[in-house]
Amino acid sequence: MEHLTSLFVRSIFVDNMIFAFFLGMCSYLAVSKSVKTAFGLGIAVTFVLLITVPVDWLLQTKVLSEDGILGVDLSYLSFILFIAVIAAMVQLVEMVVERFSPSLYNALGIFLPLIAVNCAIMGASLFMQQRINLDPANTQYIGSIWDCIAYALGSGIGWLLAIVSLAAIREKMAYTDVPRSLRGLGITFITVGLMAIAFMCFSGMKI
Amino acid sequence: MSFLSKQNKTTLTEPLNLNNPIVAQVLGICSALAVTSQLKPAIVMGLSVTIITAMANVVISLLRKTIPNRIRIIVQLVVVAALVTIVSMVLKAYFYDVSVQLSVYVGLIITNCILMGRLEAFAMQNKVLPSLLDGIGNGLGYAWILVVVAFFRELLGNGTLLGYTVIPQSFYDLGYQNNGMMTMPAMALIIVGCVIWANCAYNNRKK
Repeated sequence: MEHLTSLFVRSIFVDNMIFAFFLGMCSYLAVSKSVKTAFGLGIAVTFVLLITVPVDWLLQTKVLSEDGILGVDLSYLSFILFIAVIAAMVQLVEMVVERFSPSLYNALGIFLPLIAVNCAIMGASLFMQQRINLDPANTQYIGSIWDCIAYALGSGIGWLLAIVSLAAIREKMAYTDVPRSLRGLGITFITVGLMAIAFMCFSGMKI
Repeated sequence: MSFLSKQNKTTLTEPLNLNNPIVAQVLGICSALAVTSQLKPAIVMGLSVTIITAMANVVISLLRKTIPNRIRIIVQLVVVAALVTIVSMVLKAYFYDVSVQLSVYVGLIITNCILMGRLEAFAMQNKVLPSLLDGIGNGLGYAWILVVVAFFRELLGNGTLLGYTVIPQSFYDLGYQNNGMMTMPAMALIIVGCVIWANCAYNNRKK
């Protein structure tokens, strides 16, 4: 239980997807213009993470690894398999959302299918693949499906936190006088940089 | 000689500056930020992305008439994933230390938006040769930004370039110190912000 909590908290603050690894940057910068859509996308990303990371973990340990059901080391297939799982899951989520909540479906628009190419999703699966081989005493170790769920949920919430806070800052920034060439993307990058510096203070935290 | 007709030349050179994938189209930011703390991984990453973009553009352009429209995203993802797997294996075999430094970011080339963007926007509609040039142009446009950012981060952060010390000892004797902040993730964002600023200012003045 202690390991789960520390994994969860670490993946929100210390190993934050945006500020520590820059994953999911493209949609992060594109969708962070209003808090409402940013929140919707954050929830969708968290949800997809929550499904794909445990599924990819099962594939990695039960099918692709040497002690899996096939008995052959197939880990070189992991990129293709992971991306296929992610694309299929995003398709599924899209259909479910369209069927049960048309209003959310319309609000997210094009960004729902684009989650498939969000690096945060693929990145979480690849980090999970790396962390299986860590020492079990390490706080980043992922050894069971519960660890996967804690890690996926934490990463998703961390991403949500980052995109909502940037959207809030950008909404206020519309009223400021920014130098002409710096407007738009340039100032957004610098803002994210300053936010990342603020998040660096969590990296000393021992949990 | 049709190889470098005027149109093909524009296809090749436009992404280098005016329509640069990173600073103008804001694609492929994630890896651009993450691998630039040193020059060597940045160069390797830039070259890998150039090769993969060019190859994927060629393959998709060859298949463009046979791919059913509804499943094109999955087909594109599988082609890219296969190419990335090959490049990742080559890197592991010949540049092991760099591939360890790049860690998950090689796998994340799959979800690099530059690739999907070029495949969707260019390779699906154009012939093989222009697609190849477009891929090379966009890959190089991505690579040079990486090299610029990595140059400043390695020079100011470690006082080295490609691992060789370039700042003379006499500077350190006078009290000059390496700026450790530069190697942190946060400064990557701020430097990219400044590169975008400079590029914008340059393009504005030319207009």
